[in-house]
Amino acid sequence: MNILVCIKQVPDMESRFKVNGTGDWYDEADLAYRMNEYDEYAVEQAVQLKEQLGNQPEITVLSIGADRVGEALKKALAMGCDKAVQVQDSDSARKDPWQIANIISAYAADKNFDVIFTGMQSQDRGSAQVGVTVAEILGHNCASTLVGFEYADGVVTAKRELEGGVKSVVKVPVPALVTCQLGLNVPRYPTLPNIMKAKKKELQLVPVASLLKEEAATGTEKLYPPVKSGGGIVLEGDLADVADRLLGILKEKTTVMK
Amino acid sequence: MKALLVCEQREGKLLDTSYELVAFAERLGAEVSLVLVGKEAQAPKITGKLYLADADKYGEYNPELHKHIVVAAVLKENPDYIIFPHSSYGWDLAPRVAATLRVGQVSEVVNIVDGKFEVSLCNGKLRRTVAPKAARAVLTVQAGAFNYTGQLSGAPQVEAIEISQGSSPLQFVGYEPAEKKEVDLGRAEIIVSAGRGVGKKENVAVIADLAKAFGGELGASRPVVDAGWVGHSHQVGTTGQTVSPKLYVACGISGAIQHLAGMKKSDFIVAINKDKEAPISEAADVMVVADVLALAPVLAEKLRAA
Ligand SMILES: Cc1cc2nc3c(=O)[nH]c(=O)nc-3n(C[C@H](O)[C@H](O)[C@H](O)COP(=O)(O)OP(=O)(O)OC[C@H]3O[C@@H](n4cnc5c(N)ncnc54)[C@H](O)[C@@H]3O)c2cc1C
Repeated sequence: MNILVCIKQVPDMESRFKVNGTGDWYDEADLAYRMNEYDEYAVEQAVQLKEQLGNQPEITVLSIGADRVGEALKKALAMGCDKAVQVQDSDSARKDPWQIANIISAYAADKNFDVIFTGMQSQDRGSAQVGVTVAEILGHNCASTLVGFEYADGVVTAKRELEGGVKSVVKVPVPALVTCQLGLNVPRYPTLPNIMKAKKKELQLVPVASLLKEEAATGTEKLYPPVKSGGGIVLEGDLADVADRLLGILKEKTTVMK
Repeated sequence: MKALLVCEQREGKLLDTSYELVAFAERLGAEVSLVLVGKEAQAPKITGKLYLADADKYGEYNPELHKHIVVAAVLKENPDYIIFPHSSYGWDLAPRVAATLRVGQVSEVVNIVDGKFEVSLCNGKLRRTVAPKAARAVLTVQAGAFNYTGQLSGAPQVEAIEISQGSSPLQFVGYEPAEKKEVDLGRAEIIVSAGRGVGKKENVAVIADLAKAFGGELGASRPVVDAGWVGHSHQVGTTGQTVSPKLYVACGISGAIQHLAGMKKSDFIVAINKDKEAPISEAADVMVVADVLALAPVLAEKLRAA
């Protein structure tokens, strides 16, 4: 069996975000980057599937981006992936989901992956398009938003999360692509020996121009901070003082503090 | 301008998201037609043309078949926009339709600004306007962003839709109902919720104690539930419960769009967060910039003394 995991590197969401000079993306300087949370579940599930199948399958992990994505790839290798592919693109933020999906599909087209794992969305863009679109382009079966994954005899049994705590169960024959949601599993921490081993694993570099043949289907016009609707009060400072002021406000403005 | 709205039903019931699409199309100023895999009895109560594919024949949810049905409706209707709810149904189906038609998709639209589609970026810390490059595009619309206030009185003009594809390799096995409820947050007057910012399971007790001091119930954001720190019935948000208490206190919660969707109708919102810029500040009436683990015991103490 042959497994592909697609991961993205995203800024830590607790960062302070500023709009860049051209007004069409956030300023990437001074941000701390990490693996997209949803993709951590994807990597973990791929490694669990490999373990279930007696460590036979080979897992390729792929990321598109500037050289810093090497860090996220190394983490995936240390978690148990076998080889990494960096599609070199210092301008990946300006590619739309259609182009990103086409880059991945172009890479995967001739490699006979049986199962492809992606996150359900990225934390920065949140478009929730890339995984499903890759499946569509490759003609693979697909199930999205997995909170449960089982595999037996060429069939993935996927538990999909719907709204309000309801789930649906679908059987998806391979070749299949699944997108992973929060709560699917608990991603492992790479151990020191595995981090050392990961350093020896293959990292293949592929220029984006060799894979991308499609124009963008959508474009960013403008970026801006959200308009504050509440005009809310901000309280800061000494804890006891803040607590008193808060309780004062609640007494004045709500009916719950009798 | 024409919009084809992809309505959603589950287990024989039309979902309210279908009406949110109508509200969105009204904002766009588009002429509306609808498509539904379901039964005529579930048709939205509005006027317009409804392309109906029979649920008995095409199944509860089979993305392959539903994709062909929507595409068949697109070919008949020739719309500028094909619009889905940004729900487990919409985000699974929309990219399939967009790829088949080879058109662009804009996901999770929250607003329309100068004819462009506004979406949220970086967990709500930024906003972005996106424009499709071609005349035709697929859109998904954020739940709760557009409310339908019109009357539910019309009856659509139904046209049956059939496709030649009868089966698909995907097999729908069934639904699993939500876990049984430990708490009914829907009726609580005060909810104090713990987010990932509380750090670890043991610290949830600090927030639970604050909830008790307020005489309210304990709520939670999703990561707290996923980590098993509290049961699912405490979860507030699109995949948890929608609540509207008199007071909502969000402790260590960033204010992701899916959490906001579940609690923004609360009468009064207090956020306690060490990050002043956290998107929850947008919704909060009072934003307390503090370490919640340090503040919560002080606040609980004062509430008990009062
Ligand atoms: C399809 C889908 C459905 C979803 N459904 C839901 C849902 O129903 N409900 C839901 O909540 N989420 C849902 N989510 C997840 C959602 O996108 C966010 O991931 C989640 O709400 C984040 O939870 P959080 O705010 O607790 O954690 P984080 O986003 O990690 O935020 C933690 C916050 O705590 C603050 N903090 C850290 N330490 C402290 C401290 N000591 N004192 C004070 N503040 C501190 C940080 O500044 C930060 O703002 C869904 C996601 C998807 C994709």
